Amino acid sequence: MKTWNFQQVYVQAAATACGPLEAQGPLAGCFDVSFDDVYCEEKTYESAERRLLQEAVESAMRKAKLSQEDLEVAVGGDLINQLGTSHYFMRSMNVPFLGVYGACSNSTLSSLCAAAFVEGGFANLALTFTSSHNATAERQFRFPNEYGVQKPPTTTFTATGAGAMILGRKKDTIRLTQGTMGKVVDFDYKNANDMGSAMAPAAFDTIQAHFQNTGTSFADYDLIATGDLSKIGHEILIDLFCHENKDPLGKLIDCGCILYDQKAQAVFSGGSGCACSSLVTIAWLFEKMRQKKLKRVMVVATGALLSPILIQQKESIPCVAHALVYESEAEK
Amino acid sequence: MDQKEIKSIVAQHQVQKGSWIRKATAFFSGGLVGMLGQGLLEFYMNSLNLTQSQAAAPLAMTVIVITALATGLGFYDKLGQICGAGLFIPISGFANSLTASALESKSEGLIYGIGCNMFKLAGSVLTYGIVAAYTLGLLRYFLKI
Repeated sequence: MKTWNFQQVYVQAAATACGPLEAQGPLAGCFDVSFDDVYCEEKTYESAERRLLQEAVESAMRKAKLSQEDLEVAVGGDLINQLGTSHYFMRSMNVPFLGVYGACSNSTLSSLCAAAFVEGGFANLALTFTSSHNATAERQFRFPNEYGVQKPPTTTFTATGAGAMILGRKKDTIRLTQGTMGKVVDFDYKNANDMGSAMAPAAFDTIQAHFQNTGTSFADYDLIATGDLSKIGHEILIDLFCHENKDPLGKLIDCGCILYDQKAQAVFSGGSGCACSSLVTIAWLFEKMRQKKLKRVMVVATGALLSPILIQQKESIPCVAHALVYESEAEK
Repeated sequence: MDQKEIKSIVAQHQVQKGSWIRKATAFFSGGLVGMLGQGLLEFYMNSLNLTQSQAAAPLAMTVIVITALATGLGFYDKLGQICGAGLFIPISGFANSLTASALESKSEGLIYGIGCNMFKLAGSVLTYGIVAAYTLGLLRYFLKI
């Protein structure tokens, strides 16, 4: 695995849109747009997710004072089959589009690809986005939403929301400095109701590779945020590092544990979904970086690449994790 | 780190399945549903002057209607999360699986949505219910039990 170094990729603007449960969570008030209803003023869950994505993208473009014509490429993905949300949303955008799928790791995967375009000189401005909706993910990967089956405590709760980022070469407060694209890790784990456990080794693998490639360790980062390992997966990841005699120094956090209040909100083991890491990165981490409370942050979005059909065929859960490093620049 | 070591670390964090609290809630909520059923059965027997086997049909229908309403109004799944098998095993579980699937797929229309998907979950119960009834019926016929 290689780590890519980016010299001139800056976050020009970023924005979020979220559903009701996220807006009532610990990050209340941090999001650009929020809806009181899971339908987000739309008729179906699928169009609700698209609406969230549209709100996030439009908000990001407004912040950067850009129009569609300025964007040279867009990279994005979601959880619906055939990337339904992303592709149908892009109908209204007059921008060349690359759809990516890395399940919940989409948030860093799309930014990583977009950063490569910008760094390589193939685009001056690139839009990157991702979205997920609890109801669309439930119906695709699990059961109908109103089905009254008891879920085990290891289950994670797919976040409802969308995040959009515009990457470009113009100097700005937050710079995307490095990225490590992860490889698919599978240790023959088959419990689709516990994706945190399945994904923890993938996050471990990518972070280890990143440390090795860059000669860094936990001490060099202010925070390392994994995407959606949830409470169980997060503890496993800490144990994996401790087993290698690498103390995380309290710097490992998980976006799934930050987005929701696990005691007050019924989210089982924590949040998950593409939007989980995207919302926390943009609404919380970036804000802390702008306030100079954090200087160097690694975001490692994790994805469980399972297919419901293959799981029923008794296959295991392949997982992947992609890491990005953001640094806040001294002066704008 | 090899796969074996990873597996052993992950295994240390596995949550024990089926806690006693869940089992107890399922037991008592299931009992409550049973009591409700018995009450309804006696109500129909007395008020409509039916035999026990005749009263079973309106009883099942009442439970199905209540479940369907609760599913549509959006609180059955929350009850199901608390009660577990207590609500899943009675006919309410079957009714909920039909209503939930139908509700979910109404956005795809009457034919490809509701029609195709309504029995997505309950289909198994029907298929194997019919297979079991047919097999046992045949056995009974040939063995003259």
